[in-house]
Amino acid sequence: MQDEAVKDEQAPEKPSSRAQFLKIAGGTGAAGALAIFLAACGDDEKSSSSSSDSKSEDMSSGSAKGDLEIVNYALTLEYLEVAFYQAAIDSGEVKTKAVGEVAKTIVADEIAHVEALTATVKQLGGTPAAKPKTNFDDVLAGGEKKILETAATVENLGAAAYLGQAGRIKSKEVLAAALSIHTVEARHAAVLNNVIGKSIVPDGAFAKPADMATVLKAVKPFIAA
Amino acid sequence: MSDSNMKTPELANIQVKGMTRESFIMRGAIAAGSVYGLSTVTPFISQAMAQGDGDVDILNFALTLEYLEAAFYTEALKQVSGLSADVKELATTTRDDENEHVDAISATVKKLGGKPAAKPGVDFGKAFANEKSFLTTAVVFEDLGVGAYNGAGPNIKSKEVLAAAGSIVQVEGRHAGAVRLLNGDKIAPSPFDKGIPMAEVLMKAKPFIKS
Repeated sequence: MQDEAVKDEQAPEKPSSRAQFLKIAGGTGAAGALAIFLAACGDDEKSSSSSSDSKSEDMSSGSAKGDLEIVNYALTLEYLEVAFYQAAIDSGEVKTKAVGEVAKTIVADEIAHVEALTATVKQLGGTPAAKPKTNFDDVLAGGEKKILETAATVENLGAAAYLGQAGRIKSKEVLAAALSIHTVEARHAAVLNNVIGKSIVPDGAFAKPADMATVLKAVKPFIAA
Repeated sequence: MSDSNMKTPELANIQVKGMTRESFIMRGAIAAGSVYGLSTVTPFISQAMAQGDGDVDILNFALTLEYLEAAFYTEALKQVSGLSADVKELATTTRDDENEHVDAISATVKKLGGKPAAKPGVDFGKAFANEKSFLTTAVVFEDLGVGAYNGAGPNIKSKEVLAAAGSIVQVEGRHAGAVRLLNGDKIAPSPFDKGIPMAEVLMKAKPFIKS
């Protein structure tokens, strides 16, 4: 079984999966941003181990280890999305009924993504990333308009994040799973863009990817200190 | 799936104008599929595809779909009367995007040394009767496009081609979400846009391809 092979390959890496995750972002400011991000998530383990000599090139060729780290990265983003929509719904700030319905539809998708990615990490022999501690107070204080704008930002970012990882995924199964989530994020993004009066295709006919460092930096304001 | 009862006998007669080797392979597969069922066709196509330059075959498959989509929106803007401003704007944006996809995919096929698939003859039946029928058909097209790319994606060998396909399918997903919103449908039919096997995509696209 292929799954078994993957597991065997992964087994020795298990204890250091956090460190490997940290290595993803690699050089320059990225590792620092990721370390802060993870520290803020309440898991200080190895947060300083992203030494400057760890190279993003480790990942560029694609590996089973890499897949695990990419799936955990996606899982973290999906957790953030779920927390955001739940906070928005619970805040009572969303007054428009149709908007509330859209938020509920989207959060149901995001919850399904969290569950699927968690299962995938386990299948790959890894430990699922912990749910991050989040804070959306500033957004919620801005009312429905700010919530919608932020939702659009988050969905566009999510779609770009998946696109940014597609070429780095080694396993066909993991790639198929990531692609199947990617376009659902794209659907959400277009609908939210439409609701706030933005183009459904802000990059034009060809969507642009975002790398991990860019994405993590963009979501940093939502991570509770 | 019953092999004695051909559910879709018209598939055996499918004709795509400007037949290429790739579409010939697909025609054979579709003919077989109509007799033996989809499950037997899918591995056949995978095998047939694996024999040539797989990426070129996948790109030409995508090109055919993009041609169909581009023609669909181009014709819709001409033929559907009384489109609301929102729908007109969406159709225009989408048409322009699909045309750009056609150009980009054609260029990529050539760059890889292949021959771009010819523009298929199209027949959209009663899709342009009114705004509702147009939107309903547009939902079918966009969901199909998303599924087609997602199904082919993991079989793409070149990282550059995968990046291009990913960039395009995200835009298809955006179209799909937006057109579903306008049509009053659920944004995403499922939390996962699962890949649709090539043979199934071709069967679903078939009614729009003129023989």
